[in-house]
Amino acid sequence: MQFFFEVLIGGLLSGIMYSLVALGFVLIYKASGVFNFAQGAMVYFAALSLVGCLEKGAPLWLAFILAFVIMTLLGIATEKFVLRKMVNQSPIALFMATIGLAFFIEGLAPMLWGNQVWPLDIGLVDEPIGWILDRYNIVVSSFDLTAAGLAMALVAGLALFFQYTRVGRALRAVADDHQAALSIGIPLQHIWALVWAVAGFVALVAGMLWGSRNGVQYALTFTALKALPVLILGGFTSVPGAIVGGLIIGASEKLAEIYIPPVLTDIFGGNFGGIENWFPYVLALLFLLVRPEGLFGERHIDRV
Amino acid sequence: MFKRIKQVAIAASIAAACLAATLPAARAAEEQFFMLPDYRVGPYGANGQSFYGGFIDYLNYVNMKGGIDGVQIAWEECETEYNNAKGVECYERLKSKAQKAPGPIHTMSTGISYALVDKSAADKLPLAMMGYGLTSAVDGSVFPWSFPLVTTYQMQASAIIKFLKDKNGGSLAGKKIVFLYHDSAYGKEPILALEAEARLNKYTLVQIPVAHPGNEQGAQWQRIRQEQPDYVIMWGWGVMNMTAIKTAQKMGFPREKMIGSWWAGSEEDTVPAGDAAKGYMSATWNVAGKGVPLIADIEKTVYGAGKGNLKDTSKLGTILYNRGVSAAVLSVEAIRTAQAKYGKGKAMGPEQVRWGLENLNLTDARLKALGATGLLPEVKTSCDNHEGSGKVKMQQWDGTKWVPLTDWIEGNKQLIHPLFKADAAKYAKEKGITPRDCSKEK
Repeated sequence: MQFFFEVLIGGLLSGIMYSLVALGFVLIYKASGVFNFAQGAMVYFAALSLVGCLEKGAPLWLAFILAFVIMTLLGIATEKFVLRKMVNQSPIALFMATIGLAFFIEGLAPMLWGNQVWPLDIGLVDEPIGWILDRYNIVVSSFDLTAAGLAMALVAGLALFFQYTRVGRALRAVADDHQAALSIGIPLQHIWALVWAVAGFVALVAGMLWGSRNGVQYALTFTALKALPVLILGGFTSVPGAIVGGLIIGASEKLAEIYIPPVLTDIFGGNFGGIENWFPYVLALLFLLVRPEGLFGERHIDRV
Repeated sequence: MFKRIKQVAIAASIAAACLAATLPAARAAEEQFFMLPDYRVGPYGANGQSFYGGFIDYLNYVNMKGGIDGVQIAWEECETEYNNAKGVECYERLKSKAQKAPGPIHTMSTGISYALVDKSAADKLPLAMMGYGLTSAVDGSVFPWSFPLVTTYQMQASAIIKFLKDKNGGSLAGKKIVFLYHDSAYGKEPILALEAEARLNKYTLVQIPVAHPGNEQGAQWQRIRQEQPDYVIMWGWGVMNMTAIKTAQKMGFPREKMIGSWWAGSEEDTVPAGDAAKGYMSATWNVAGKGVPLIADIEKTVYGAGKGNLKDTSKLGTILYNRGVSAAVLSVEAIRTAQAKYGKGKAMGPEQVRWGLENLNLTDARLKALGATGLLPEVKTSCDNHEGSGKVKMQQWDGTKWVPLTDWIEGNKQLIHPLFKADAAKYAKEKGITPRDCSKEK
């Protein structure tokens, strides 16, 4: 039972890391109805910018600010050169544009900052917390706990921002209908640039945490794959949904990786395992069958 | 005036096109062409960068020293991003250029090698798989065009077991070893050898796969913690290696009990892991450092002339850079071997290069003459042994650099080579290949 709890806690903490990436998707989808395929690439670009600035001798706080400025500029450029031309286009056209953007960023980032694996030390040690290990024999990483705290704070801040500020309301109006929002005087271009900058900020936080754990390298773009089932589960439009989805996906994939392969081996023989890449998608698929809009997504009703 | 400029421009373009068309034909006779389906971007780009940087630097070095007995080396890179489909595409694009006088093809990818084993044999182009690829291709009677040179995954796994056995007073009976592997063709290659060794040495083998790319290994390491193994042997690549080292730290597993394969033992794996990597061990078939005279001379000659392939010169002397140099040394020596038989100063054709690879004899004396003493083990190939060595060293990360722990260790040939043979025979049967009679090959 002790082992079960260890796996469960580890999974929940990993799930929060997935939520961080999923948040970036949710933000842009909420504000523009665009499923931003480039979010994984943005995580990579943000982390590379951060280590790039650190390599140039900037202290961590300054490198973080500079990286945020770079991400904001990227957001503004995306709005100006990609999205502005596509106002009121179909969602699939906007989605395709973000696929192009993803490949562009993935190519641009190593050209600007180099292609090596960068270490990133943000002063957090990824080691088990001693007293939990001693008292309960359960490994809980201090790094994971700090990351979880950071993610929760970010979510709380974003939820309040969307719910209670004028800009937040404008963001939601834009998401509902571009043209209607324009007709009542909401500055669409500013809103889009702003939301891409905020998504850039989230990507920077995610990139910083994932990068300090696994090194800043191209593989950071794969973190987006971890966020997709989270989105399907939590809903594309809900910030709390991204968190709850992340927790469910994180815990279930870890429990599945531990407990399902031995059962399959008993039945079929051979060696199973490495299922955590596809298991979350199966879970998300099953969820889709029951709640297509996700746990917290907005139910879409059309008048017939 | 404008019309005149236009006419001159058209005439110049035609002249340049004609010159470009005639030049390759004129130069082809004196050039050995290496196709390089390499990768410098994508998830494993950092590794490819160092390896191919070293490889090209050595080719340049040879050219600057007058070529291979006067034959200059030409090469063309094609980006595969470590992707099998792109690897095949690169091969198809470049093979026509290589058909006259090829260098051995190096893909540095087990998956791409798998895809090219049959194709390269059909096209009669020699495929080198140094420390990766299809293990059973050691049997040259079935695989005349494929060369898993130096050592293979299975011999490496066997050598690691030998090392652990020596470390434990000559016996591993009752010990538990976890095999943590990249869930791919590469990761699965040594399982056969580890299982055979487990039967022989009476240790318990627990196999734990990690799904690609391996950037999340919480569950795997929780299982390792539960299993409480004596050692973890890791067959990782790219981000998987660093994640494993860091997660081992998180789970409190001692890095001194982790041994990686030679693709999990470079600076790219340890430097970004920081202090977590200290004490971690790995196998290697080449040493690191600029202490090898050849590496120092490449830096002086090639980089001194501003012809170095890498912008980041801190990569010189790293494990993967030196591995690239080692792979190029073996390739050039194979061509030299062929020239000794078929004519010095001539570019070698595909069959001749194949013969050179099959009759390599890179002795310590030859390595010394090249300034490469200790860089890699001696290699002596033959028709029925395309591996030629089967030896590796064990090394340990001391926090700043790789330190060799042992001399060259050879795996259990009596146990492992019959496994190759059986697998090769099965392959020959499936593909309807009649194996060559190696006793008649000379």
